[in-house]
Amino acid sequence: MTTPLAMRTFHFKIYRYDPDKDAKPYMQDISVVCDPMDKKLLDAMVKLKAKDDSLSFRRSCREGVCGSDAMNINGKNGLACLTDLAAFPEGKPIVLRPLPGLPVVRDLIVDMTQFFKQYLSIKPYLVNDDNLPERERLQSPEDREELNGLYECIMCACCTTACPSFWWNPDKFVGPAGLLAAYRFIADTRDQATNERLDNLEDPYRLFRCHTIMNCVDVCPKGLNPTKAIGKIKEMLVQRAV
Amino acid sequence: MTYTVRKFDAVVVGAGGAGLRAALQLSESGLKTAVLTKVFPTRSHTVAAQGGVAASLGNSEEDNWHWHMYDTVKGSDWLGDQDAIEFMCRQANQAVVELEHYGMPFDRVDNGKIYQRPFGGHMSNFGEKPVRRSCAAADRTGHAMLHALYQRNVKVNTQFFVEWQALDLIRDADGEVLGVVAMDMETSEVVAFHAKATIFATGGAGRVYYSSTNAFINTGDGLGMAARAGIPLEDMEFWQFHPTGVAGAGVLITEGVRGEGGILRNADGERFMERYAPNAKDLASRDVVSRSMLTEINEGRGAGPYKDYVYLDLTHLDPQVILKRLPSIHEIGIQFAGVDCLKEYIPVVPTCHYQMGGIPTNRFGQVVVTKGDDLSSPVPGFYAAGECACASVHGANRLGTNSLLDLLVFGKSSGEAAVASIRENVKAHKPLPVDAIEKSLARLDRLNTQKDGSNVHETRVLMQRTMQKHAGVFRFSQLLKEGVDKILEVAQAVARTEIQDKSKVFNTARIEALELDNLIEVAKATMISAEARKESRGAHVRDDAHDTPETPDGRDDKNWLKHTLWHRDGNRLDYKPVQMKPLSVATIDLKKRTY
Repeated sequence: MTTPLAMRTFHFKIYRYDPDKDAKPYMQDISVVCDPMDKKLLDAMVKLKAKDDSLSFRRSCREGVCGSDAMNINGKNGLACLTDLAAFPEGKPIVLRPLPGLPVVRDLIVDMTQFFKQYLSIKPYLVNDDNLPERERLQSPEDREELNGLYECIMCACCTTACPSFWWNPDKFVGPAGLLAAYRFIADTRDQATNERLDNLEDPYRLFRCHTIMNCVDVCPKGLNPTKAIGKIKEMLVQRAV
Repeated sequence: MTYTVRKFDAVVVGAGGAGLRAALQLSESGLKTAVLTKVFPTRSHTVAAQGGVAASLGNSEEDNWHWHMYDTVKGSDWLGDQDAIEFMCRQANQAVVELEHYGMPFDRVDNGKIYQRPFGGHMSNFGEKPVRRSCAAADRTGHAMLHALYQRNVKVNTQFFVEWQALDLIRDADGEVLGVVAMDMETSEVVAFHAKATIFATGGAGRVYYSSTNAFINTGDGLGMAARAGIPLEDMEFWQFHPTGVAGAGVLITEGVRGEGGILRNADGERFMERYAPNAKDLASRDVVSRSMLTEINEGRGAGPYKDYVYLDLTHLDPQVILKRLPSIHEIGIQFAGVDCLKEYIPVVPTCHYQMGGIPTNRFGQVVVTKGDDLSSPVPGFYAAGECACASVHGANRLGTNSLLDLLVFGKSSGEAAVASIRENVKAHKPLPVDAIEKSLARLDRLNTQKDGSNVHETRVLMQRTMQKHAGVFRFSQLLKEGVDKILEVAQAVARTEIQDKSKVFNTARIEALELDNLIEVAKATMISAEARKESRGAHVRDDAHDTPETPDGRDDKNWLKHTLWHRDGNRLDYKPVQMKPLSVATIDLKKRTY
């Protein structure tokens, strides 16, 4: 005997724009019936796409590690795959928009070029010119722990596109994700480019446009704290100056 | 018609671990290389690997590659090729050390070396007791690895084509591979990538099953392309069901949980693995653990309202260990199972996880086919590595942590082989055949003009449910027979899929239809190969293969110690022998597999 499943209908307002046919963006009203197996917003969206195959969004791992399905959900950036359907209040439509601050390619798909450009600008790779040992370099567990809270970034762009400083200066301000990555290498005892990395960021825009608004911390689906990392970089610049 | 051709020395398709590792070899050698990927590189499915990568570093206790090799051969139920397995296990330490040098943030032990944990099927002294061989970055090893590999590629200026969907292999009348046809997803522009070497690193096809740990993107694109170009697929009947997918959600819970001391319990709270694998217990090989779990469930000892899962218990572990070594598992428990694993059991079920078979290759990553008497003749210009390839190192069942090792070792060796071949042969690109992109255009055209066709979503679900029911953990002769007919029927529906969305801009409906074209090739290969293999071996266990002295646990070495090759053309099967001779050590002899 199976007990009847509790079904629930979810109503959505979704930002739609296909430059191939739409003169301008519009909000689509659409609803879908979900069963108790549908736990996350992404589950509902997959059902929506089965209804209307033109609804466009990125998704892959559906477990919060690939960073594909970042979007603006009821006004706040987040991952569809980590957002509980049950937490949405009854009677109010779920409003989905693309991440703010980046050009829209189509529907919920944004052009992330500027985001990745900023990531690449911090030289996101380990720099160490020593002769390589035959085995692994040694690193103490304590030194390794310094990387916790930094290396786990999934580059979903929730943080950077929630940051007003990035909205105003996307070409000049590195943004929280890029700065978190910068500090990930600065904090790594194996990296030898700390000075160059600090030089690269010592600039009124690249680093210092962060005004500790902390939207980044508020939205990070991995619970990371870019503001803290940015603070540490600023501290190091001050220390270096004295 | 005219179309754009872009010329490179080499083109890599896929930017997961294998593709990125191959690309490093090519970029560092100064060759002009394009890496095509349908998702931004760090979104590839390698990112989801959790527990670690195998290497006999011996950082916490004695270990060596020969023991690792023994475990891998035994894990494969002797279907793995022993030359390729020896090669992989001997390369493991270097492969892992290279990653550390690239900056991968491995966890460390007190002396500063890389942290290693025990994992299923990895034992010391030829099967004696579990050994710490899995090199880990918490339970985010794949994420740490993929990002480190991407970052290293940034350093050496690898050229990426991000969000390009590869459509078809370009193969000329001589059988040589000359590149791929691919589509820019943002604009739908179709381009021929003309290359002297083409490396497929397109990952697995776990989405062929209904319940899978795999990402949406794991649609077997490389396998579909290879099959359509006349390359056979090897050992596709062998699919790994990971013991611990979150019940209902399918999300992976790493075997590293059991490596750290977690145990499986049935509804009565019994640690049932003691009955099935008295020595290795919860750290037996994955096929063994998955079958044991389902036996418990089938015999009425499953937990939950429908008695359809078992428990994974971590509650006896030190909470600090869980939060330090398994932080993502703690999060996944809360997010996808609604339990706090510090205090509660996690409900788990065996879930489709990994494809042991794939595009046949040798240990240099060269794709090999039968040519006259030569059973392993390299296809000029064509390489494959990682989950899409079958080297074959996993045989009938893969050990945990050997997949990340596989993609590192064969990603590199395929890159090296491609570099060597391009350097040896400095002449200009061989001309493209006149119909290089015709097949791809015809497929796109068919999709754009299909009327009264089948619905992509519904057809995919039908395929997935058919696979789940007819080719699951336990296989039944009758269900397999019916499964073949059903999958061939689904294939007819796939041939006439229809999409409503005809936009040229980032058309994900079209991509999903194209992915289904690839998945169905995998489904056919799996069902037909499985129906034909009349024995039990590794992950392929059927009801009519009986345990006798000649066929222990239903394994029939006299008739079935051989690799399956499925050919798309006519669904023809043929077979080739397993390479039992390693490179330098003695053959690891056949015996009954117990843990």
